[in-house]
Amino acid sequence: MREKPEGLLKWAHAFSAFMNAGDERLDNDLVFSQVRDADQDVYEADSYEQEWAEHEQEEKQEVIERLERWRALKGYRAARRAYALLCVTICMIMIVVLLYTVGSLPAYGDPNHPINNEVSARYIEKGLQETGAVNIVTGMILDYRAFDTLGESTVLFTGAMVVLFLLRADAQSHKYSALAQTMKDSPHSETFYEPHRDVILQKTAMILVPVVLIFGVYVVLNGHLSPGGGFSGGAIMGAGLMLYVTAFGFASIRRFFTYKTYQFVVLIALLTYAMSKCYSFYTGANHIESIIPLGTPGAILSSGLILVLNICVGFVVTCTMYAFYAMFRKGEM
Amino acid sequence: MHMHFVQNFPFMGILLTLICAVLSSVLRPRAARVVTLFVIAAVTCLTAGTLAYTVSTGESYVYMMGHFPAPWGNEIRAGSLEAVSLLFFMGVIFCAFVGGKERSFQDIEETKYNIFCILVDLVILSLQALVYTNDIFTAFVFIEINTLAAAGLVCMRQTGRSLVASVRYMIMNLLGSSLFLIGIVILYTITGHLLMEPLYDSVQLLVASGEYRVPLLMVVALITVGLSLKSALFPFDKWLPGAYSNSTPTGSAILSSIVSKGYIFLLIKIFYRVIGIENIFALGICDVLFVFGVIGMIMGSVSAVRATTTRMMIAYSSVAQIGYVYVALGMRSEAGIICALWHIVAHALTKSMLFVSASALDAASGGTHKRRDLRGVFYRNPLAALAFTLGGVNLVGVPLLNVFITKVMLMEAAFDAGGLHMAITLTAMVISTLLNAKYFLGTIQTFFTPKRDEQAVRVKNSFSLTVGLVGFIVLNFLMGIFGSQVLDIMVSGLACFV
Amino acid sequence: MGALIDRLLVNYESTASVILFCIGFSTLLMNNNLIKKIIGMDIMDASVYLFLACQGYIKGRTAPIIVDGIQSVEKYINPIPAGLVLTGIVVSVSVTALMLALSIRLYYRYHTLNLDEIIALAGKEEV
Repeated sequence: MREKPEGLLKWAHAFSAFMNAGDERLDNDLVFSQVRDADQDVYEADSYEQEWAEHEQEEKQEVIERLERWRALKGYRAARRAYALLCVTICMIMIVVLLYTVGSLPAYGDPNHPINNEVSARYIEKGLQETGAVNIVTGMILDYRAFDTLGESTVLFTGAMVVLFLLRADAQSHKYSALAQTMKDSPHSETFYEPHRDVILQKTAMILVPVVLIFGVYVVLNGHLSPGGGFSGGAIMGAGLMLYVTAFGFASIRRFFTYKTYQFVVLIALLTYAMSKCYSFYTGANHIESIIPLGTPGAILSSGLILVLNICVGFVVTCTMYAFYAMFRKGEM
Repeated sequence: MHMHFVQNFPFMGILLTLICAVLSSVLRPRAARVVTLFVIAAVTCLTAGTLAYTVSTGESYVYMMGHFPAPWGNEIRAGSLEAVSLLFFMGVIFCAFVGGKERSFQDIEETKYNIFCILVDLVILSLQALVYTNDIFTAFVFIEINTLAAAGLVCMRQTGRSLVASVRYMIMNLLGSSLFLIGIVILYTITGHLLMEPLYDSVQLLVASGEYRVPLLMVVALITVGLSLKSALFPFDKWLPGAYSNSTPTGSAILSSIVSKGYIFLLIKIFYRVIGIENIFALGICDVLFVFGVIGMIMGSVSAVRATTTRMMIAYSSVAQIGYVYVALGMRSEAGIICALWHIVAHALTKSMLFVSASALDAASGGTHKRRDLRGVFYRNPLAALAFTLGGVNLVGVPLLNVFITKVMLMEAAFDAGGLHMAITLTAMVISTLLNAKYFLGTIQTFFTPKRDEQAVRVKNSFSLTVGLVGFIVLNFLMGIFGSQVLDIMVSGLACFV
Repeated sequence: MGALIDRLLVNYESTASVILFCIGFSTLLMNNNLIKKIIGMDIMDASVYLFLACQGYIKGRTAPIIVDGIQSVEKYINPIPAGLVLTGIVVSVSVTALMLALSIRLYYRYHTLNLDEIIALAGKEEV
């Protein structure tokens, strides 16, 4: 459904056509048209959808034509315009009401803001003694309000599971992977899924990937001492893995990172996380003194469980980020 | 302060569910199913323990999640109302999971079956956290887990329709989550607290002093709109029928009974424990909920009459039943809130039974989905037809069953409210009940009318389906027969909310 | 009115985030294209996080990481909003990933990202 280029858009198209001139590999339309044909084959071969497969294409065409006719109608345009008007009205009302609300909120940067109360005072004044973390934010999210953060890691796990369910194309699951397989067999799969073996990218990645990964490890391990922590460090390491796979391809990353690795790492990290939180919630609620030493504030091996939790979160985030990328790109790891 | 060992049960349930969900990601499908059954059984037992403890002590207790008390650390809170609702919800999940086992195996690819089990675990996890939470930000995080897991359950069959339903479900629910989030952020900005007790105190102070009136109003509006969007109150109900009718039977049963109900429960909890119910009654928000609830009651029933497939009909009937809950909330009285809480549970039991039995009936009629093809299905699958009949007449309102008690309570609350409220509620109830009777009794009647010149072939129900359906029937009768006891527990639990 | 505008200018970050929220909201509602809807959703989420983050700021104070052993409330900004924003960001990452995955599946199946068309096409399929 390409729209007709108009005005600025036309220039943009012309520009991209100029940039892509002679480079067929970048022509997405070509790839997608291949995919489109492959897709129809799959539907016809698929017994699950066989009953309606014969008429499917005609019906699709018919629906699209009808949609186009429908769109041309004045009524449709009017409805569309009325809907847009309604949306704009709602948004305007929301802007006015919310601005009015903001107008009566406490002033920005004010030390007497209601949120600067005994809660934040204790985090700042006693956080170091109670959690052992120099970085107060880390101490807060991984010790004072650790249940939230446990939930947060679970959200990531949930998201990863649903994405794996939707996009993972393994040999036995036919509803999606048959389509994915046909696309892989198509002559364009080389450019669609795998990198272009770009020399500049590979040389850059060779230098950058180790640096990025080490920086990620640093951010994770220093989460309780300086800005950072499991989430940010994990995101950095995940980006490192993505850069690696973009430069060198899935075949080379599979030497050390497969679906099994992903499963194993996430399992161990989340279990460790849940178990250690089990321990600290149980001892906390039952008023039992925790036996885990907090160590010397400022040392790398300090702040009790926070370091362990940061490492676990770092692993989970790294694996999940890479898993998202691999699923979006290829449907397998 | 010494903690009784039983007081650890809610926390154990939450962590156990999480650990089992994570473990299931590497297990084989069948093993994952066993683990999920174990989770359901364990959480049910733990909840029963909590219920027995809270009923015997007669008060609720707060459980610290960590070493730090109220305004600093996370907390959960358990009382008899939470425990009794959760116990019934767990019963529903058990019956839905067991009853829909076979269909789930057919509908879901084998290699992805364990993800289905994980998502069921995660729904259980977030349900427990939403019911027990004592912290509004924790509530937000677990609302998101609930939404994501439910979106996964909607698209389990991987047909085009279910994918579309999942997208629409996500869009509307994310809108709701965002509104809820900005609501709690503004609340945090003006009070500086996230836990419910200190929040309640600060809000009362603000109300008394008249400070931050506009932001406080905005907070109530945003939280209410956000949560009613997520629980499909009338103008926001467009995503519901597709999402409920295109999932697997287990998914539909869990979505219709658990997912949307958890949000209403949370809304009531926020009304009571954060804003203060007197302040809510003083605002106009109840009237708004009342009006949309009434419209939902009627519009849902009208759409259900027009629906061609059984599952679509049941899904639209959910819109009407959610209307009942919000009408009860809009009564501005304690009696109305109790009625809403009762109906949340009663509807959960009935609707999930209808979804599971409807898919069994469809299967017994040659995999059809149309209402008219179900003619004479009683002679092919008597148990499922009986379960469906029970659910149908229950929703219409028959003494001894749980929805009848809702209707009686709603009427009482309406008489107490008097005036316009009473007139509108009674009219809407009459119209909605008549429409209910039309579509449910009309459908049920066809079950018992045999097809002409055809020998009915009895379908043999599998053991799991039988267990699920019998479990549903028993649960419904239990709740109806022991209605007064359950109601007492709910009333005393609600009293502990303040 | 003048007082309100003054107040809005004082709270300029909140003002900006509220306007962004409404931009995201209208993008989500008005566009038929799934990717644009996802972008709108992300703008909406980001604006809430901006709103939250700017509440924690206090003029003239530094980030809440203890330096030189000084543990005084006078020195650091409020650490709570930062922690909440972190949680929120992770949530919106998962949500975005899920929506993108659904869009990919729908695109493979219907070859369009227009939600109206997708709904119309899906309506023609068997139940």
